[in-house]
Amino acid sequence: MRITPLTKTALWAAAGFVLVFIYAPLFVVVANSFSTSSTLAWPPPGFTTEWWVRALTNEAALNAISTSVIVALASTFVALLLGTALSFALQRFEFFGKSTVNLLVVLPIALPGIVTGIALNNAFKTIMGVQLGWATIIVAHATFCVVTVFNNVFARLRRVGTSLEEASSDLGAGAWTTFRLVTFPQIRSALFAGGLLSFALSFDEIIVTTFTAGSGVQTLPIFILDNMFRPNQAPIVAVIAVVMILIAIVPIYVAQRLTSSDSR
Amino acid sequence: MSGTPAIRLTGLTKSFGSVTAVDGVNLDIAPGEFFSMLGPSGSGKTTVLRMIAGFEQPTSGTVELFGKDVTADPPFDRDVNTVFQDYALFPHMSVLDNVAFGLRVRGVGAKERAATARDALALVRLEGYGDRTPQQLSGGQRQRVALARALVVEPKVLLLDEPLGALDLKLREQMQVELKDIQRRLGITFIFVTHDQEEALTLSDRIAVFNEGNIVQLGSAEDVYRHPATPFVANFVGSSTVFTAEEAKAILGTKGACSLRPEHIDIVRGKAPAGTISLKGTVFETIFLGASTRVIVDLDGGKRVAVLEQNDMSTKETHRGDTVTVAIHPQFLSTLA
Repeated sequence: MRITPLTKTALWAAAGFVLVFIYAPLFVVVANSFSTSSTLAWPPPGFTTEWWVRALTNEAALNAISTSVIVALASTFVALLLGTALSFALQRFEFFGKSTVNLLVVLPIALPGIVTGIALNNAFKTIMGVQLGWATIIVAHATFCVVTVFNNVFARLRRVGTSLEEASSDLGAGAWTTFRLVTFPQIRSALFAGGLLSFALSFDEIIVTTFTAGSGVQTLPIFILDNMFRPNQAPIVAVIAVVMILIAIVPIYVAQRLTSSDSR
Repeated sequence: MSGTPAIRLTGLTKSFGSVTAVDGVNLDIAPGEFFSMLGPSGSGKTTVLRMIAGFEQPTSGTVELFGKDVTADPPFDRDVNTVFQDYALFPHMSVLDNVAFGLRVRGVGAKERAATARDALALVRLEGYGDRTPQQLSGGQRQRVALARALVVEPKVLLLDEPLGALDLKLREQMQVELKDIQRRLGITFIFVTHDQEEALTLSDRIAVFNEGNIVQLGSAEDVYRHPATPFVANFVGSSTVFTAEEAKAILGTKGACSLRPEHIDIVRGKAPAGTISLKGTVFETIFLGASTRVIVDLDGGKRVAVLEQNDMSTKETHRGDTVTVAIHPQFLSTLA
């Protein structure tokens, strides 16, 4: 397609504007985490690492980080198991109601978090009579984490096809051996990519978490929300935000590299 | 056929929903035979192969392997191995690991299976390729790896599903010779699925011609070519001019439907030899094929016949529109069912 120089300049400008709009605020957060102003005044009046020291020795903040990591790991683990099982069922077998199940599996990622939150809160508290806490957050996160694993593994299984599994079984391998030696190596990177996305999703989830966390457990996003507007806590929040950016970027970057290197 | 057949299929039927892909096939295949299942796509030949391998469960009927009913056995419990159309080599393993796979899942030690796999690679003339990945091989080489991988576990029967379909002509001819040679040396039963009639004629001890889910003719390559049983076989295996019973009576003065190969009709210049049926006609088209020329003649009664003329030194040229006399030797008319 041919583009006139004027259009080209305009497109570059538009693209640049959008990217600046997305990423400039992130740089502001990074800058604020080193600012001497405790009210996030702009431009930062001076440089200090005080907030970093205080954040990294703040017990509530560290607790929140470890809570979020544990919740994300646990819900990702659940999602990997269920998502893989689901993708095999829906990709490799025919059964009554298959397309309905498929829709029901993918739906949670499209549902507004607030709806999922209210629904699960209700279900846990009034219907099942379960105390809100670790388990309820993990289950709640797993509902949408399953979808990312499922999508990745389902697409991979379709691309790989069944002929390798047939060849393996033809050569004498039972179902489990075939999975271990042939199927798993074929879907490994899809599992990894889906797992990383799932981790990232869970790690910064706040809406569903708010409804399912109860009072005893505080994840990192909830900690930030609680402390954002407290006097003198704002720079600590900025530090935590930078930590979150780092924790979120790495897995997404790795996941993207993996999926693109796979698609020969 | 004497003794226990390598494969016995009894009333083998497979339906997919309302479609019957295989419809009551009965077949015995002898040990050590090079057997071809020939037919157009959708004729059921591949489904039969997949039922022998165990990938498909028959709707009804049984599969016996050397006298043992294996119908209910999963693929990994059957002493048959398959060379797949798309080769199905494991992309995450080296060539050697691919070939050694069957030994690995049988619990053969690493050293022994590597040695055996190397022997198998030598059998298909791929010594020294063990460390490569399947992606680094050409189509013909992948084909050989797939063959070595299936042969290394010493199956009683080797199933080949259009194994040469993806190769170009020269390579295909070369692989045909090698397949035949390997089969003869190992003495195991080969069941070869193909839609290529020439390939089936070249390779096979016997051929089963499939159409619409069943075997329409079973016999040696020569049998099937010389005496096609139905108009379908007459035209699927080589080409023929088919005469219905009425046409045969009116044009040839013979009884019953029959078929005639184009190489068994001559264009005569001068007098037709004694004992032949001579007919007049007009040349509709000539197709130059190199060593021979295919001449399409419209007989005066309206029937169109194909004549294959060898381009030897005595041949005179035939042109479109020429009036010619063709001679048919009645003994080459093959009666159809």
